[in-house]
Amino acid sequence: MGTPHDHTPPADSDAPLTYHQTMEIAVRELLIEKKIIDAATLHHQVEKMDARSPAMGAKVVARAWVDPEYKQRLLTDSPAACKELGIELDGTLLVTVENTDDVHNAIVCTLCSCYPRNLLGLPPDWYKSHAYRKRVVREPRTVLAEFGLELPDHVTVRVHDSTADMRYLVLPARPSGTARFDQEALAKLVSRDCMIGVAVPHA
Amino acid sequence: MKARFRPGDSVTVRSAYSLGHVRTPHYIKGKRGIIERVCGEFANPEELAYGRRGLPKRPLYRVRFEQEQVWPDYIGPPSDTVDIELYEHWLEPDTKKD
Repeated sequence: MGTPHDHTPPADSDAPLTYHQTMEIAVRELLIEKKIIDAATLHHQVEKMDARSPAMGAKVVARAWVDPEYKQRLLTDSPAACKELGIELDGTLLVTVENTDDVHNAIVCTLCSCYPRNLLGLPPDWYKSHAYRKRVVREPRTVLAEFGLELPDHVTVRVHDSTADMRYLVLPARPSGTARFDQEALAKLVSRDCMIGVAVPHA
Repeated sequence: MKARFRPGDSVTVRSAYSLGHVRTPHYIKGKRGIIERVCGEFANPEELAYGRRGLPKRPLYRVRFEQEQVWPDYIGPPSDTVDIELYEHWLEPDTKKD
């Protein structure tokens, strides 16, 4: 025995598998057994997805803020613009929508939970909730206010429902008071929620 | 398959009721919108979902709808919109004039 502990160990999280966990294991083992995919490739794909995060999107946004020509390329062909920064979207047809003084964009997938995973990583749980998916398309201003973002009526709210093959990135407006920020400092202001469009960055 | 509609065209979403894997949200059926852009051609998800090839590919559009037209009780200025991706076979040319 080692040093006595003064706290009870946390409970093991080995509850019985859920239906979908069992299904995932069964399908995974079958795919490997039938040699459709091998374990190493599968593991590599999981690691690749885990390595994706909102920081990648923030890098793209910050570059667009400091380089107007890059911004134009991003708005015209987002996958190519990401590639310029070494970000491979692996076939995701990304569309960037720009927030301006007059327009605010917000993203949803009302049918399931389509999300620009190849740029931002896995979506937050609330993005997948029925409440967000049903409500943001129908009462976006109320939902945005609940996120702390109250928009005046002179700002047009555009909701984008990712129903098919496109995925969306919101390019937020560069906050005031950041004239002396370099690209790296700017990227730190860009949160995941800003790129979904339920928040705006502040300096 | 050549895209039938161009940006700026007015279209109406078919009101068809369809079983299976349909990517046209129920809330937009029967509504009128404007083509925002042509996205290209894609295999039909209604076929892909059942292990078929989904060919011929279908033109896909982003269509912009006025929120006031979509939700009668919408709260917000008339300029607010919702943009939705829709496949060509769900769209009909709009013949109504304002």
